[in-house]
Amino acid sequence: MPEALETPVKDATQPGSVPAAESKPEKARSLWSDAWHDLRRNPLFVVSAVLIVVLLTIAVFPGLFTSADPRHADLANHYLQKPKWGNFFAPDWFGYDVQGRSIYARVIYGARASIAVGVLVTLLVTVVGTVTGMLAGYFGGWIDTLLSRVTDIFFGIPFILGAMVVLTSFEERHVYVVILALAFLGWTQIARVARGSVITIKQADYVMAAKALGASTTRILLRHILPNAIAPVIVVATIALGGYISAEATLSFLGIGLAEPTVSWGVDISSGQEQLRNAAFVLIIPSIMVSITVLAFIMLGDAVRNALDPKLR
Amino acid sequence: MTIIDKTADVPAPRGSTENSGPLLDVRDLHVEFKTRDGVVKAVNGVNYSVSAGETLAVLGESGSGKSVTAQAIMGILDMPPGRIPQGEILFRGEDMLTMGYEERRKIRGQKIAMIFQDALSSLNPVLTVGYQLAEMFRVHQGLSKKDAKAKAIDLMDRVRIPAAKERVNDYPHQFSGGMRQRIMIAMALALEPDLIIADEPTTALDVTVQAQVMDLLAELQREYNMGLILITHDLGVVADVADKIAVMYAGRIVETAPVHELYKRPAHPYTRGLLDSIPRLDQKGQELYAIKGLPPNLLKIPTGCAFNPRCPKAQDICRTDVPPLLSVTERDGGELPGRHSACHFWKEQIHG
Amino acid sequence: MAELKKNDEAAVDATPNVMPVETVDASTTQEAVAAIEAPVERGEPILQVRNLVKHFPLTQGILFKKQIGAVKAVDGISFDLYQGETLGIVGESGCGKSTVAKLLMTLETATAGEVFFKGQDITKLSGRALKAVRRNIQMVFQDPYTSLNPRMTVGDIIGEPYDIHPEVAPKGDRRRKVQELLDVVGLNPEYINRYPHQFSGGQRQRIGIARGLALQPEIIICDEPVSALDVSVQAQVINLMEKLQDEFNLSYLFIAHDLSIVRHISDRVGVMYLGKMAEIGTDTQIYDHPTHPYTQALLSAVPVPDPEAREGRERIILTGDVPSPANPPSGCRFRTRCWKAQDKCAEEVPLLAVPERFKSSATPAAHESACHFAEEKDVVHAA
Repeated sequence: MPEALETPVKDATQPGSVPAAESKPEKARSLWSDAWHDLRRNPLFVVSAVLIVVLLTIAVFPGLFTSADPRHADLANHYLQKPKWGNFFAPDWFGYDVQGRSIYARVIYGARASIAVGVLVTLLVTVVGTVTGMLAGYFGGWIDTLLSRVTDIFFGIPFILGAMVVLTSFEERHVYVVILALAFLGWTQIARVARGSVITIKQADYVMAAKALGASTTRILLRHILPNAIAPVIVVATIALGGYISAEATLSFLGIGLAEPTVSWGVDISSGQEQLRNAAFVLIIPSIMVSITVLAFIMLGDAVRNALDPKLR
Repeated sequence: MTIIDKTADVPAPRGSTENSGPLLDVRDLHVEFKTRDGVVKAVNGVNYSVSAGETLAVLGESGSGKSVTAQAIMGILDMPPGRIPQGEILFRGEDMLTMGYEERRKIRGQKIAMIFQDALSSLNPVLTVGYQLAEMFRVHQGLSKKDAKAKAIDLMDRVRIPAAKERVNDYPHQFSGGMRQRIMIAMALALEPDLIIADEPTTALDVTVQAQVMDLLAELQREYNMGLILITHDLGVVADVADKIAVMYAGRIVETAPVHELYKRPAHPYTRGLLDSIPRLDQKGQELYAIKGLPPNLLKIPTGCAFNPRCPKAQDICRTDVPPLLSVTERDGGELPGRHSACHFWKEQIHG
Repeated sequence: MAELKKNDEAAVDATPNVMPVETVDASTTQEAVAAIEAPVERGEPILQVRNLVKHFPLTQGILFKKQIGAVKAVDGISFDLYQGETLGIVGESGCGKSTVAKLLMTLETATAGEVFFKGQDITKLSGRALKAVRRNIQMVFQDPYTSLNPRMTVGDIIGEPYDIHPEVAPKGDRRRKVQELLDVVGLNPEYINRYPHQFSGGQRQRIGIARGLALQPEIIICDEPVSALDVSVQAQVINLMEKLQDEFNLSYLFIAHDLSIVRHISDRVGVMYLGKMAEIGTDTQIYDHPTHPYTQALLSAVPVPDPEAREGRERIILTGDVPSPANPPSGCRFRTRCWKAQDKCAEEVPLLAVPERFKSSATPAAHESACHFAEEKDVVHAA
């Protein structure tokens, strides 16, 4: 398809590429800088990014947001006292839970566990999944057959059910145990995306050009394949991050994720259900936090996808 | 097996006299696209017309606006980001741009059909070609499944697909490139349209197949007395089949001429440059003439004549005044029908 | 030469299903050529291709793969490439010309046959020795949009050869070298920090050429280097390539489907059909005195941008499509579309050799052509 130059897309929306070079001489524009340019103008991205920055700050420096101790129980502060909606940032802002602990303080301190689970699981999953997917996709043959079958096996395990099985076998469930359990089951999604993406990229002429120059496999993988194949992985990982946070909450709610004395939203939702009819806010407030966080990451993932998707540009 | 035709059968102008007005008349068409970097002015005042039985070749490089014009005619522009701020597209005297959606849809496919460059991606890969052909008759003419299929086979015979009866249930990928392009032509012909727009119909094909497909297209056009707009970048293909040529550059027509005239005496430096820059099969030349510079940036079309930064003859006036598309005449003022040039110095170009 | 000959026979034995193509007998060919043309200083060929074969196996089954056939992409090709010359290879899609390029670049492993670079068979090399050969044979790709890594700057792309072969240029020198290369291919050296998508197709192809030149190779294999470019830009790139050839004494293997461009740039031309060489000779021999019917049909089908030159020309319109290389016709591969085909064509594979009838005379028709009924016919010039 040699002279296939004039596709409508190029004709219509891309002629800017060449000329842009002439009009703005020294500004280098890569896919990432273009994506950033798009993202900054996308309200979806701005809202989700602001939310995420706030949540991360809470997770890292909870002390900045409340002076109350989330584990301090004072039965005098009974959960039947309604929240004082007007007392912003005060310990009684969201009222007290069954054991008389400040819900506001618990929500603030609970962010760390939830977000740590989300971020660390995502990091682990991305590394393991990308490496597996990249090797399977690039080398093909029996390596691909082997790795893909392993991936399929893991993919076949229902996520929450699998996590339940794994976690019940642990006596003490620290945050890192939950992280490892979720990562153990979650990497397959990334591996599949990475494999598909690598298979497309490895056929590109520039990969062949590098081979023709005598480039080593490591060089081809790191310089040519990875940077070009990573975009869809990042999109999927960002969206999955929200999923891991809700998975942690789900497992903790079921009593097999994190447990007291760890402070986490899932743990609070779990303990809140007992008094659902008397004091719904005990359950609802941590639930809202989970929802906002999950939503923020999914929105971010969507925005990043739109900015990186080559079909839209 | 092989037809050797000692041909002098180069199409003579076949302009029909029975119809008074042209079939399609594009007037002062403008198309622009909004992009991140600004407004891309893809088409900037294009005028052309085609009559029944006539072949107009629209010649241009990528970014010249030749395909965008065709898409505007077919009503398949992506809007947004596309926009038609100005212009008329008259089909049998009626402006298609102001028509209702339904009316327009009826013209598209039934009266005007389009052939695309890439037949594989234009055909649905999960449906048999017979089904896709028959669908045209079922939807537009309400034929029964059986009748439609019979017509589909008939059509495949028409475009000379061998063993049409057996192949009607094959899928697009089972055909070769040339055969797929024939199927595309069959689909375009199905409803016997008045006008066919072919966008680089043979670019993706091999030379030996190219000739077959072009011949078929020309023959069918003659048979059905259709108008044909042939969009291409290939000066060679144009020379074989066109009656008249419109050369586009930066969204404008810079020259129009009957086919023989254009090659003999181009009246625009861009056309001259194009002709000089292609190597010839029958001559071994020295260094090729190359038009210097780059195709224009449609975000920032040069002032004056868009070709001026690349033109060897550019003067001050070319950098300030947009040259209108003027009628070209003989040295003694004698008329040259159908010839126009958008160059301030067309006289020097054609007579000098 | 004796060594070479032996290898040929071995290759033929190894692949019994491949009909042997007569080895190019360099001495007789050259005599014939020399008789016609002003003597060209050729010297030793820099690249010798002998009976090159590439079959892609067709397999069936998922776990236990069973070979059910092979796509015979390249099926016994031999030719020489001389220092400083351009050998054009033309043919339609599927004729195997791009596979030849990949085989010469050792991007694919040959099924059989040899490729001698300065007397060394590169199909048998690996590791360090192969890397050294790769420095000397570089490639320019067809599609300037996909052959440059979009995530790398122009400087990184052109400088990558130096990262891979650090012995060519010391680290501190590289930026300057890259800028020199940009200048050589006619791009502004200040563009070094830009990304490929900021350039037009023609400019990108110049970047691709600069990358090919970086290691100062002796041979550049060009696979359709201008077919993705606009007409007005094609001429610029062709002129650049010719200029570079003179400047650096490069040998080009120029693969293309556009016969006009191939004639313009090539000293000699080979015509391929379905994995075999149909005809090979100097540009005058092939274009003005073709003897193989396929070459004649191919040439006559080329649209000429001049309606008047067109009128007197004979047109040979072939029927049908190119057969599948997985199941090529017996005997002569072109016979299914050939108007001269007879029983002999189905039974006997025509060898690539100077046809018997022209052998004694010093006519330009005396060049290698793989046809049983070779006869001269000028289809390019108006009658």
